[in-house]
Amino acid sequence: MDIRDLWSEALAGVLARPVRSALTTLGTVLGITTLVVTLGVAATAGNQIVGRFDELTATAITVDVPGRLGPAVGWDSHAGLLRLRGVVSAAAVAQTDASSNLRVTSNTLVDPTRVTGQTLAVVAATPELPGAVLGRMTRGRFFDAGHVRRGDRVAVLGEQAAEMLGVARMESAPAVFVEGRAYTVIGVLGGLRREQALSTAVIVPPTAGAQLGLKHVSRVLVNTTLGAAELIARQAPLALSPGHATELQVIAPPTPKRARDAVQDDVDGLFLILGLVSLVVGAVGIANVTLVTVMERVAEIGLRRALGAARRHVAAQFLLESTLIGLAGGVVGSGLGVVTVVAVSAVRDWTPVLDVRLALAAPLAGAAVGLLAGLHPSLRAARMEPVDALR
Amino acid sequence: MPETAPSTAPGPAPGSVPGSVPGSGAAPGRREPSGDGPPVILLRDVGRVFPADPPVHALRGVCLRVERGDYLAVVGPSGSGKSTLLNTLGLLDRPSSGSYLLDGIETTALGDGARTRLRGRRIGFVFQSFHLLPHRTVAENVMLAEVYGGPPRRGRRERAMAMLEKVGMAHRAGFPPGRLSGGERQRVAIARALLGEPSLLLCDEPTGNLDSGNTEMVLDLFDALHGQGLTLLVITHEDAVSARAGRRVRISDGLLTEE
Repeated sequence: MDIRDLWSEALAGVLARPVRSALTTLGTVLGITTLVVTLGVAATAGNQIVGRFDELTATAITVDVPGRLGPAVGWDSHAGLLRLRGVVSAAAVAQTDASSNLRVTSNTLVDPTRVTGQTLAVVAATPELPGAVLGRMTRGRFFDAGHVRRGDRVAVLGEQAAEMLGVARMESAPAVFVEGRAYTVIGVLGGLRREQALSTAVIVPPTAGAQLGLKHVSRVLVNTTLGAAELIARQAPLALSPGHATELQVIAPPTPKRARDAVQDDVDGLFLILGLVSLVVGAVGIANVTLVTVMERVAEIGLRRALGAARRHVAAQFLLESTLIGLAGGVVGSGLGVVTVVAVSAVRDWTPVLDVRLALAAPLAGAAVGLLAGLHPSLRAARMEPVDALR
Repeated sequence: MPETAPSTAPGPAPGSVPGSVPGSGAAPGRREPSGDGPPVILLRDVGRVFPADPPVHALRGVCLRVERGDYLAVVGPSGSGKSTLLNTLGLLDRPSSGSYLLDGIETTALGDGARTRLRGRRIGFVFQSFHLLPHRTVAENVMLAEVYGGPPRRGRRERAMAMLEKVGMAHRAGFPPGRLSGGERQRVAIARALLGEPSLLLCDEPTGNLDSGNTEMVLDLFDALHGQGLTLLVITHEDAVSARAGRRVRISDGLLTEE
């Protein structure tokens, strides 16, 4: 028997009752759709969460220097970090418990009718700070290496600190008084995307900060390129302080891999089982309908046997018919699944992520379901005696 | 026992008259004169017992010889063994005893596959209920005869159309069988049986579902086919049908008698 004849006979058999064939595919359609949606949404959601980490947290590393270490990390050691591949920006910050609650005023006049002073944190930082906290200068400028070298008593205010102190304009070179010492305000730092606490702080150069007890680096802020955080987190302590590398505390974002796995594990388990159950139900449906079809087409089977069809020809035809029905269910199901994944992504403003292999394997899975479901009915058709079938 | 020996020799069961000398149904324009080559059908002492309590003897020591170009009618009441004889002749059933040579080929010893191939190649079936596939066109129904082990696909439609032409149904080639009359359906079924040039056309009550006008039409077609040299064996209980055959055998209680 020509393979093309087998194909056209099976196709004609499926199309002879189009509505029934379409209804028969429903179970497979449901099962395959559920599987594709489950896997597709899980992959999409997983990548989405990782994507949100990427924006901010996944690239931010903080190295804490315990106070007991003293000058373990020098003020210029963060420059060594910048030589590491993957580091975008880094800045060293000094802040102590004592410096967190200092009295800051914008003038030395004592006005008994008003509260003129504020209790603010004072921190010392290297000139790279604005880049390291992903902020921008809303007014004026940040201090530079020259200020640091000369030991200028300059200060940059956080946005909220400037508001509290009533410092608005830089042109008049206003001053703030910290514990009675005057510092010239040269700028206001705003738009902080990490270390938001600095918004209410007075930031001074390290050399000026030494007078306020801010002698040693207590924290190093590092920003990395995407994906480099894990590596830099391992390398940073060594680069900052080879002698005390193990004593530095590194706060690194959770690795993206772990985040994705956790999400997928949650979503997948239940729905995968649901999808497989619908697939089994679909297979039982195909088996049932094919069996009914075989019983209905007993006369046709007899005719084919009379025309010289061997048992294997009859079996092959019914097997191919049920496989085609399963394949059709798989194609429709994987199509619906892909559309659903895209729709869900559109609603949630996600980027749909779908494995191409999944979209291709889904119809094959449907065909396999049809093949398995057709085994029993087609063997039954083949076992039929032509004499009985023609009666 | 030589294969060519006339089956008159053994005569095992009393009352069973063996296949007689051909010629009674002689018609002009035969493909092959009778006696030339092996007979199309040679049954020797064929029995068929169905296991039951007591066992049913559907065929008892049947001997029959049908030469090429014969037009034979098998008549008998229902339950006489007609269907069993047809199934045996059509290689759909295996006799319990005896031997059956089709075109000189001993079939009783053949395996299932070989019998299926032989059936597909040498026997054309015409059924009482036509057995046309309702969802396929007339032409596709005829072409079905070549699907299993026929010649290559190339030219199949043309061959099918030629057969439809022969039975006068070419103008209905694209119709679904449901839109044809009973007589037209049977003619399509005959066209299907003729495709592949079988040695034997085996007809089981071919006019059982037809009115007298259509019956006449189908019988005229049989006459024409017989005239072209085809070997026909018609099983029927209608006298009008059997009267047209050149030769009549009666089957009763599994015993075959020549009339």
